[in-house]
Amino acid sequence: MNTLITVLFLIFAAIILASAIMTVTVKNIVHAALWLISSFFGVGALYLLMEAEFLGVAQVLIYVGAVSILILFAIMLTRDLEGSQNRQLTPRWWIALIVPAALFSLLIVPTVMTHAWQLPPPPPAGQPPAISGAQQIGAAFMREYLLPFEVAAILLTVAMIGAIVVAFEERERRRRVLTLAEQVRLRQRQQQRQQPAPRPEPAATAVQPSEATGSET
Amino acid sequence: MLANYAFIGVFFIGAIIFPLVPLVAAYLLGPKRPTPIKLDTYECGLEAVGDIRVQFKIQYYLYALAFVIFDIEVVFLYPWAAAYGQVGLFALIAMAIFLVILVGGLVYEWKKGALEWV
Repeated sequence: MNTLITVLFLIFAAIILASAIMTVTVKNIVHAALWLISSFFGVGALYLLMEAEFLGVAQVLIYVGAVSILILFAIMLTRDLEGSQNRQLTPRWWIALIVPAALFSLLIVPTVMTHAWQLPPPPPAGQPPAISGAQQIGAAFMREYLLPFEVAAILLTVAMIGAIVVAFEERERRRRVLTLAEQVRLRQRQQQRQQPAPRPEPAATAVQPSEATGSET
Repeated sequence: MLANYAFIGVFFIGAIIFPLVPLVAAYLLGPKRPTPIKLDTYECGLEAVGDIRVQFKIQYYLYALAFVIFDIEVVFLYPWAAAYGQVGLFALIAMAIFLVILVGGLVYEWKKGALEWV
């Protein structure tokens, strides 16, 4: 069983790593997003492998279901990134390599190595285990981590309000462009009407009633 | 516990094989006599117009973000409901505060007219 778990872990880790590498190297940004989704799926599978069912389901629900949709929408909102041949490496790519490597080796590796991992006791026989983790997470939210829990609500609200503010700025800008175009069109229509002025035309008077009444008086 | 996921694994492999079989079979068995008309971009029998990319309205993004936020909210609700028996009334108050903060965001979005399609 343990070797099977190790083999499965290696398979999922390979999938995650390969997908992540494809995400940053592939040219087409939509394909990059799809590779990212594949990487998210692999992480969810790892959670399941650790018997953290709730985290696995939450990973699929939030990252695969929601965050990836957000990323794809963000790509669709941008103007034609796909066609342009963007360079994949900036001149300072080695800084981007050093910083996460340092973070990984100084923060994550020591934590994993020195942390005293406490494995949960196996559930008593005959009693079906609840979806593992959810109950403990919920109890922890209500007790030790109450403040982070409420702060998470504020964070989510701030994210929503921020997006609305940004989106409305965008919409305001578009509306101004629209009214400008309408003004230009209006001016053109007025000029066309003024050129055949001496002959009274019923079609022209029908367009603008105020001018029609002005010509009658 | 892990053995239960063997079924999902089998299902997953089946789901990958199932669409691959007709594609590979069509590739291997089908005759290939391409003409320019056959190779043309096909879209419901109509002549394809414009580029494949269209720029989405920002409205979609607002809906997607609202979806993400309330998706996360539901994910928070689940462990809360699972632990409710252990914690009791205090949990109700804590979750009420959580929900009121989030509903505040929704009210703002509604008042601002972000939910109206323009």
